Amino acid sequence: MDIKVCGPGCPKCTQAEKLVKEAVGETGVEATVEKVTEFQEMAKLGILSTPAVVIDGQVKCVGKVPTKKEILSWIG
Amino acid sequence: MKKIENDAGCASTVETPYPGKNIDNQTKQVKYVLLGLLILAAWFVIYKQLLAFSGFVTFQLFGLNEGSHLGEAVHFFLYDTPKVLMLLTLVVFGVGIIRTFFTPERTRNILAGKRESVGNVLAALLGTVTPFCSCSAVPLFIGFVTAGVPLGVTLSFLVAAPLVNEIALVLLYGLLGWKVAGLYLVTGLFVAIVAGWIIGRLGMENHIEEWVQEIRTNVDDVPDEKLTWDERFLRGWEAVKDIVGKVWIYVVAGIAVGAGIHGYVPEGFMASIMGKGAWWSVPAAVVIGVPMYSNAAGIVPVIHALLEKGAALGTVLAFMMSVIALSLPEMVILRKVLKPRLISAFIVVVASGILLVGYLFNLII
Repeated sequence: MDIKVCGPGCPKCTQAEKLVKEAVGETGVEATVEKVTEFQEMAKLGILSTPAVVIDGQVKCVGKVPTKKEILSWIG
Repeated sequence: MKKIENDAGCASTVETPYPGKNIDNQTKQVKYVLLGLLILAAWFVIYKQLLAFSGFVTFQLFGLNEGSHLGEAVHFFLYDTPKVLMLLTLVVFGVGIIRTFFTPERTRNILAGKRESVGNVLAALLGTVTPFCSCSAVPLFIGFVTAGVPLGVTLSFLVAAPLVNEIALVLLYGLLGWKVAGLYLVTGLFVAIVAGWIIGRLGMENHIEEWVQEIRTNVDDVPDEKLTWDERFLRGWEAVKDIVGKVWIYVVAGIAVGAGIHGYVPEGFMASIMGKGAWWSVPAAVVIGVPMYSNAAGIVPVIHALLEKGAALGTVLAFMMSVIALSLPEMVILRKVLKPRLISAFIVVVASGILLVGYLFNLII
């Protein structure tokens, strides 16, 4: 599974990344978590507001820090 | 617009396929409404008692003299702090709920393909209610422009989003009354609309960085959230925790500074520096305000105190607007997508708009 967390580096984006990593660690799924900070890359993914989480090319959430429950439902 | 309202209205029923569950939901909703009204009533009762309460604490409990420097400063602080925080909580909660109806994606879809003038007005209005954090300025800019939203319309949005915000509105209302709050709202929108429109007329599309133009976005992939009312209320509450949790310290610090000025600085002291007579004070306020970066929460209480001591409303409003609308960090971020000439034009046009507002107020009030 390929997980991308998009955000230029504001506190909210860092928090989103942390939660995603925790969730991956808890479930033990095979996944790579990548932080996207380049605006070009974000634009190509169609992201207008950060933080955003993209899993296997599918945009799962934009403009807010997801809850761990939400993340678990996406990767479970 | 209509489509969004429909989506939102159906959201709670669409997701409940079982009739029994639907009725459960309805009783739950009634309970929420009653609870909400109860809290609102309690809020109102407490709010009305604040003046008497702060007077009692300062002059009876602490035994400070009415009219003394310290007494006036303490009374100011004890009255304004709870008052502003209560107003802030109520409004942030309300706006938090309103914002669940406006996502940047929906706003983009509304603005795409709109004519310029109408687009500028819509963009400024939507800029005030669309949830948006300044670190999203660049992805949002790219998303808007590549979707066919005109440059000037996009900039109207980017000016209005920080300039016209609920925190400044609440503070101005709470500390200076509805007239000043109303003037701020109307002129803030005016600056955003006109500045965007002028930049659109300048035809500076070729001053956007090339790589932006080459990008093809596909925002249709982004899921459109369907929220129930429970979730909307939850978002409102989260907004309160997030925003009030973050700004309360600035509000308290700002009011403390304001209280000091209120109690100790002599009446009319500011009139010579920031009064109507000093023609240069408006440009000076804007020049000092533009590079400064503060949020409205810290700046309004100080403004309140300055006004009391004879500063002119136009000067002070221009200062506040330039602090919250234009900031160095945001310009650095926007530089990634705008070439220097467009950035300069942006700053000059917005600053001129604010200058105009400042002079206008000093002239008519």
